[in-house]
Amino acid sequence: MTFASQMIQYLFTGLTLGSIYALVALGFTMIYNATGIINLAQGEFVMLGGLVMVFFAAVLKMPLYLGLLLTILVVTLVGVIFERLAIHPLKEASLITLIMITLAGSILFRGGAMFLWGKDPYALPAFTQSRPVQFLGATLQAQIFWVLGITVFAVAGVHFFFNRTLIGKAITACAFNPLAARLIGINVRKMVLLSFALSAAVGAVAGAIITPITLMEYDRGPLLALKGFAAAVLGGLGSGIGSVLAGFIIGILESFGAGLISSGYKDAIALLVLLIILWVKPTGILGSEEESGLKKF
Amino acid sequence: MLMKRKDLSIILIIAFVIGVFPWLTGKNEYFISLLVFMGINAMITLGLSLLMGYAGQISLGHAAFFGLGAYSSGILTVQYGLSPVAGFVFGILLSAAVAYLVGIPTLRLKGHYMAVATLGFGEIVFILFNELSFLTGGPSGLSGIPALAVGDLPLEGTAYLYLVWGLVLLLLLFSLNLINSRVGRALRAVHGSELAAGAMGVDASLYKIQVFVLSAVYASMGGSLYAHFISFISPSSFSLMFSILLLMMVVVGGTETIWGAILGAAVLTLLPEYLRGLEDFEVLAYGAILMAVLLFMPKGILEGFQRLWARAQGGS
Repeated sequence: MTFASQMIQYLFTGLTLGSIYALVALGFTMIYNATGIINLAQGEFVMLGGLVMVFFAAVLKMPLYLGLLLTILVVTLVGVIFERLAIHPLKEASLITLIMITLAGSILFRGGAMFLWGKDPYALPAFTQSRPVQFLGATLQAQIFWVLGITVFAVAGVHFFFNRTLIGKAITACAFNPLAARLIGINVRKMVLLSFALSAAVGAVAGAIITPITLMEYDRGPLLALKGFAAAVLGGLGSGIGSVLAGFIIGILESFGAGLISSGYKDAIALLVLLIILWVKPTGILGSEEESGLKKF
Repeated sequence: MLMKRKDLSIILIIAFVIGVFPWLTGKNEYFISLLVFMGINAMITLGLSLLMGYAGQISLGHAAFFGLGAYSSGILTVQYGLSPVAGFVFGILLSAAVAYLVGIPTLRLKGHYMAVATLGFGEIVFILFNELSFLTGGPSGLSGIPALAVGDLPLEGTAYLYLVWGLVLLLLLFSLNLINSRVGRALRAVHGSELAAGAMGVDASLYKIQVFVLSAVYASMGGSLYAHFISFISPSSFSLMFSILLLMMVVVGGTETIWGAILGAAVLTLLPEYLRGLEDFEVLAYGAILMAVLLFMPKGILEGFQRLWARAQGGS
């Protein structure tokens, strides 16, 4: 393989990883915008998405679209129950309690997954059984295109929802000013529930599409959440488009880092980016000071 | 002494219980090692409690400082043949220096950002423990760490128990004095409102960094004691899960007073021993317990039981 084709290989691996980080970051952003909470269980939605998809598609041998649909439904339901049982009852909770409650949720989901699926990683067949594509000397699995395509579709859908539908705009209004939103008749608590549901759904999609490439096991969540959060912060927390772009940047950095520097340190790259951004410019590269004050999508 | 009589009597009670414990159980090795681990955990949560309860800062990366202490002791004694005291002191200095350097930019962050930044820091240190295998032995760990000894007399069993808990009680005394001193009042002011504290002339960022460094030093001491006690360390003991467990101890016990941290460390050190029969349920049980405490006793079980006790007495 020539150097150039190797670079292309890394680039596509990076884009694939980046898609997942972008979707995780988008999930963070949606909940953050509606509630101001960083949902530390966001990575667990991805993990659950992967494992539930394995159950439907590989164990029950359901057709692809039906499996994916049911997976999204199940994980969304998990997100809704989580919000109802853990977030909703909190009234005037301290910041430490808010942080700990999503952490408790993540442990609970991880424990549940370990109980149901055990500690072994699970494989999922690729969505289509076509041969790898040769592109400028690089060998690309067909699943990569599924990941990229579905990610673009999901991001566009979320973007459309928040900018073109009444409910989406209502959630955005809650983010701007919850009191004012309530005054004009928006049910803020329902919007919070909706943000958890959507965020779980997006996580489920990410998990379902990446599992054929990376496998999935019960304890994958925290690292995915950290990298997704790195993307959300890099993109300027609260900015949907920013976090998606940043997700791809981190995926590409990680892939080139693993290929050119050392695979042992690949996870450290995203974390270093996270720390440096938090330390130097917490508003992110794409978020302006003004915008982060307004918390706009 | 800047200390309340009640605090002092609790310390004396703990000292007495630890003192007679080995004799009551016929020096049972299992019980003694359980108490040693409890002491090590209590040492770390003591620092975390100061950081969370008094300075209002959250850290999801304290397993890193625990690990820095443990690996300092392990590497200096095993790889370089130095004395355990050198490892102990080096661990403290290293942890303090790292905490200071990481703390300056991190403590400027608030709430969630601080939590995630410390989480990221902890993961990076965890990766380093795995990757710097010429020093740390990599994922397979570092073995043959010598036991502590005074002269030719190795400190084992009961003696080690007394050493660990003696240190815990000393740090407890120190922490209680700190809380009841000018520094403690300043910290509570910072916790209440950083802005108001600043207006009163309290240098909030200075106090926060001092407590962060102090808590890292406590964790490092715990790490060194841990390494010499079990003689083998591997990165898995210093993962995110341990950071979360430490945080859980403080939250479950209660962040209102420092006693909550001690109680939390005691309860969550003993709990896994009883959960062991559940095997695959263990993580699930942790999550459920943490969730239940947060929802029903947000101020921790210490305060929760005190309230229940008061209600029971009032009702009868």
